[in-house]
Amino acid sequence: MNADHEHVFRTHWWRAVATVARLVGDLEIAEDAVQDACAVALVQWPDRGVPHNPGAWLVSTARHKALDRLRRESMRPDKEAAMMRELGEIEPGAGPGAARDDELSLIFMCCHPALDIGVRVPLTLRSVCGLGTAEIAAAFLVPEATMAQRLVRAKRKIRQAGIPFRVPDREDIDRRLADVLRVVYLVFTAGHRAASGDTIIRADLCEEAIRLTRVLRELLPEEPEVTGLLALLLLTDARRAARLDSRGQIVLLTDQDRGLWDRRAVAEGAALVEQALRYGRPGPYQLQAAIAACHSTAPSAEATDWREIAALYNELIRHEPTPVVEANRAIAVAMAEGPAAGLVILDTLLANPQVAQWSQIHVGRADLLARLGRAADAVDAYRRALELEPPAAERAFLQRRIRELSAPADA
Amino acid sequence: MRYLCLVYPREGFRVDAEVVREFTAARTAMQDAGVFISAGQLQPVEATTTMRVRNGEPLLTDGPFAEMKEQVGGYVLLDCPDLDDAVRWASRLPGAQGGAVEIRPLVQYPD
Repeated sequence: MNADHEHVFRTHWWRAVATVARLVGDLEIAEDAVQDACAVALVQWPDRGVPHNPGAWLVSTARHKALDRLRRESMRPDKEAAMMRELGEIEPGAGPGAARDDELSLIFMCCHPALDIGVRVPLTLRSVCGLGTAEIAAAFLVPEATMAQRLVRAKRKIRQAGIPFRVPDREDIDRRLADVLRVVYLVFTAGHRAASGDTIIRADLCEEAIRLTRVLRELLPEEPEVTGLLALLLLTDARRAARLDSRGQIVLLTDQDRGLWDRRAVAEGAALVEQALRYGRPGPYQLQAAIAACHSTAPSAEATDWREIAALYNELIRHEPTPVVEANRAIAVAMAEGPAAGLVILDTLLANPQVAQWSQIHVGRADLLARLGRAADAVDAYRRALELEPPAAERAFLQRRIRELSAPADA
Repeated sequence: MRYLCLVYPREGFRVDAEVVREFTAARTAMQDAGVFISAGQLQPVEATTTMRVRNGEPLLTDGPFAEMKEQVGGYVLLDCPDLDDAVRWASRLPGAQGGAVEIRPLVQYPD
């Protein structure tokens, strides 16, 4: 497939599916119609050239495809009548406000909380981003038929349950926007977390999430959390090249080669954080982005403003009161005020038996104990982490730390 | 679109004067919005009879068809434009506070 054409399809997919979905009242038909329009484009464009306005061409071709199908199947006579009416009334791309509402309606529908969280991400990748089922299946490591089934079921639920295609009311938008941002964030982490695997597809997911957030920000410029998410993704993605060493092992943030960071993405991310925070409505994404910006703009790990990071975690915990955030705060406090101060926070957290089952907290605690010169206690904590069966790569690291700390100091 | 909202109240939920007042207010609002079809509070599960037709004859057993820990306390049948609207109304039912509401869409037949 022509890569330029593929890029054009991806760029216009969201609006095309959204417009047709509104006209025919069915996501499945809309998606198939846009897919058909892309197939027509692949035949026509090489001969006749790419149309002056490819987006409008796709919408108009897809609308006719959808209409053909409805006529052929002579189903939903009411929908067909409505569509005929609309076809006469609106020109493709007429009114930027209408297109904006269509695009928002589509993403709010795909990220609806009545859909299983596990299917919201693939559905968004399919319906909003235009990724093929095979690509999505590969990203989630499931057979293509399984992914196709999941997508079909999700679209059936949308139809049967009456999940609406509309922009949520003002009173609902904050809650619902958080649902949408979570899905976009999960698209990104699906690509980011598994960066040691099939890097081509995964980097693609990260870029897709960033593109999605950019469009979302154009659609909702007054929502600082959208800007915050864009900043967070840019700042995180900027470190992509430094995240893995030559053997494909994950490199901790403090040990990364800062020269490999994408300075342009860091600069854009840091500027976006400031812009978002000026609204005076901080939220979890803005705060996480602000923390990432503190790390990314520091000249070295030592020269990081840990006091500021600890303060930001303090604020983040009000929005996300989870042990993970609290543990991260403890590490920042330890860096700012010394290991003893961080240790107090971790020990308090460990009173919760569920938290005590989390190997990372013992690793963090062991590190602080070692820095306090309490080698024997540190070894105990590392052993505790090992008992909880962490991933293989981490196990090797823990065993090495135990050996180092158990060796006589003068050896 | 019609939605059957099955209300599963929290344990120890009692229909007292306050609950009746809240429900009446919710129902009035639903009626004013034109979404209300019907509603009802169910007798305790002990009052349930299950009937099966076998060889053309009704066969009765005491108790519910499926034993469940959570029991339906009542229902509301709504006619709403979409799921979001049904959710908004269902969230105003007194049994939903601390409990759960199962929202089941009904199959639509062409007019």
